[in-house]
Amino acid sequence: MKYTTETIPSALKPGDYFMMGDEASAEGAVAAGCRFFAGYPITPTSELMVHIVKRFEEVGGKFIQMEDEIGSVGAMVGASWAGGKVMTATSGPGLSLMMENIGYAAMTETPMVIVDIQRAGPSTGQATRPGSGDILQVKYGSHGDYEIIALSPWSVQEMYDLTIEAFNLAEAYRAPVFLLADEGVGHLRENFTVKGEVEVYHRPKAKGLPPFDTGDEDMIPPMPAFGEGEKLLITGSTHDEWGYRKTQVSAVHDRLVKRLVNKIRVNAGKIHRWEAHFIEDIEYLVVAYGISARAALKTVMDLRKEGIKIGLWRPITIWPFPEEALKEAAEGVKAVIVPEMNHGQLVREVERHLSVPVHPIAQVDGEIMRPETIDIRYLILDI
Amino acid sequence: MNVMFCGFGGQGIVLAGVILGKAAVFDGLNAAQAASYGSEARGSACRSEVIISKGQIVYPHIERADILGVMSQQGYDLFQEKLKEDGILFYDDSIVQVKDEVPFEQVGIPATELAIKEFDKRIVANIIFLGAVVGRTEIVSMEALEKAVRDNVPEKFLEVNLRALEIGLKMG
Amino acid sequence: MNHPLEKYLRMEVFPSPFCSGCGHGILLSAVLRAIDGLGYSMDDMLFVSGIGCAAWIPSPHFAADTLHTTHGRAVAFATGAKLQNPNLKVMVISGDGDIAAIGGNHLIHAARRNIDLTVICANNSVYGMTGGQLAPTTPLECFTSTSPSGNTEPPFDLCKLVEGAGAGYVARFTVAHIHMLIKSIKAALEYEGFSFIEAVSPCPTQFGRMNAVPSPVDLINMLKKDFVSMAKYNKMPLEERGSLKPIGEFVKPDVRKSKAG
Repeated sequence: MKYTTETIPSALKPGDYFMMGDEASAEGAVAAGCRFFAGYPITPTSELMVHIVKRFEEVGGKFIQMEDEIGSVGAMVGASWAGGKVMTATSGPGLSLMMENIGYAAMTETPMVIVDIQRAGPSTGQATRPGSGDILQVKYGSHGDYEIIALSPWSVQEMYDLTIEAFNLAEAYRAPVFLLADEGVGHLRENFTVKGEVEVYHRPKAKGLPPFDTGDEDMIPPMPAFGEGEKLLITGSTHDEWGYRKTQVSAVHDRLVKRLVNKIRVNAGKIHRWEAHFIEDIEYLVVAYGISARAALKTVMDLRKEGIKIGLWRPITIWPFPEEALKEAAEGVKAVIVPEMNHGQLVREVERHLSVPVHPIAQVDGEIMRPETIDIRYLILDI
Repeated sequence: MNVMFCGFGGQGIVLAGVILGKAAVFDGLNAAQAASYGSEARGSACRSEVIISKGQIVYPHIERADILGVMSQQGYDLFQEKLKEDGILFYDDSIVQVKDEVPFEQVGIPATELAIKEFDKRIVANIIFLGAVVGRTEIVSMEALEKAVRDNVPEKFLEVNLRALEIGLKMG
Repeated sequence: MNHPLEKYLRMEVFPSPFCSGCGHGILLSAVLRAIDGLGYSMDDMLFVSGIGCAAWIPSPHFAADTLHTTHGRAVAFATGAKLQNPNLKVMVISGDGDIAAIGGNHLIHAARRNIDLTVICANNSVYGMTGGQLAPTTPLECFTSTSPSGNTEPPFDLCKLVEGAGAGYVARFTVAHIHMLIKSIKAALEYEGFSFIEAVSPCPTQFGRMNAVPSPVDLINMLKKDFVSMAKYNKMPLEERGSLKPIGEFVKPDVRKSKAG
């Protein structure tokens, strides 16, 4: 089945705005047609919730402050199946609680957008300070096999644009989608541009078809809503195409989980987004994402002034990881450098796809990645 | 142009940066504003950084500041090393004691004292201070700054804040 | 002739998975009789359940929209669905472990919000599906697989808990008091706010066997003996109450209003 698209006027008047990343993401959600938000307060993400409450009062929308983050995602599943485009926003400690029902959303193919403004962990860590320690958690945090989509914004503009994109991908692939941001971008205020129109996707709809496998090649079944007379059977247990529990049938489990994984993997080429800066004739490549990519670009520009042939490649889609594009960008380089605000998470993915030396750089001090952290002159001399 | 404000939570340090950034955008410039503070809503050390540029802002944090505004002694002691040698340091002289032998220019603004004297409201000291910084350096236009204050201050406090801004601008 | 409740059921999934003598089949029929009596259309209903034996009462048996959720979270899922589409009549049916242990927080907050949901907690005092473990509703001194020397933890009084949290309709009945139970389910569905029914339902397989009452008939007779009407219970001297428990409608909309007034 295929999602439908619609071009609608932007919710905000077109023009330039100066907002916090958290707020711009809330604006992106409103622009994408999100009218349901369930959340729980947490630093450094509360500004998003506060902003969307304000906007819902203007444009109409359902908001509920839940008793915890487990309940937030539960309420989102209920609301998504009741026909809504739904969102929540959190940070590490809340994300850990959400994992149970994120697995449920993946299993039941429930579209939803989860914004994670990463802060320095583990545990409560540094509530107001940036980190990027949730890179692997968003993909592997709930038990069992499934695939999700995660987008990484590096600017307030992208907090707005990629939130819209996250909703569209969630609708198109019937999957939970993360806006995997960090405190550096979430709390940053910058000017960003709102265009006059927004293209929005709507989940595939059809009457009388099985909502959990139609045998279609693209593997995305239609999604009716509660109250439409479809007598939906929704369960997080292994189920057949109509939702009947088949927990003892290995063929059903095999087919279901394969499809949950493959509907993202097979369509990955259509989901992938990335960006390259100065990658012609390079000897060194920096791979960075989120706020760290801003520091990396600064370093790259400074080093190029000194005659060092270095470029930046930035995955915008963190999951599914755009490995083909990375291989192309890293073709023939001497070394790849991966600065992260964690002790080596995405670097594992980079190493997996490349045969050149890959050097992780970790800055985990609760400060925004500093350009000098990525100064790789010592590395070049060693090589 | 890199501007850094330092103080403690509750002084409106972040707001001063937000207003300045917004004013720059009203002037058609690019702006980035970032803050650093603790979880406590009041009293912890806090700083607000604003970058204003005609071109794209690559890295949105300040390595060296052109203008440093300090409204706490701790801010002065900790962050003066961030100021460029040809930069200007503004300080609230009702709160901060400065050293004489520094390479940069130091400008004292009695923001807190005036806020109490004129309005009996310590809380508007940030707007007086911001007004003085802009009055002196003209990094954004007066019109844009006033518009940004109107945009960020609740209606019932607007008049007080606009008067505070005027006092600041004149002082600078 | 077909059974009059067949139109509410997905007949292809029967026989039900419940053990012989389990009270959940009686509860299943009580819910449908209440809906039938009210003339509701199953197309307007959403049944939400968690994990455990009782969660299987609506899913997959009821021919309506059903949402079989994660353990303990049914009330949270139901909250989101009701908020998004207020035209849905949303009923949560789940067990005591699901609703009162792992899901206790969602329960009290939904009651506090007085959101228009009907929650039926099928209370069998034990974790049936996982092998008869201690529940927060297991009476003192009872034997379970995790209290082999007898339970030392006092159980929750779920009705008092939910009343304290702010629910607008609160009742307790047992599957041995079927007509009162059906009437109560009707009242709960008709109430526009948070309604809660503790439906006591026996578990011969896990609870009965471990506590020397393996016969379903004996268990039903025990319910008739151990649960007395609220009016009778209230008149009893304290020393006569012993382990007896009251049944009845503890909070009714009009009563609540007069309390608040």
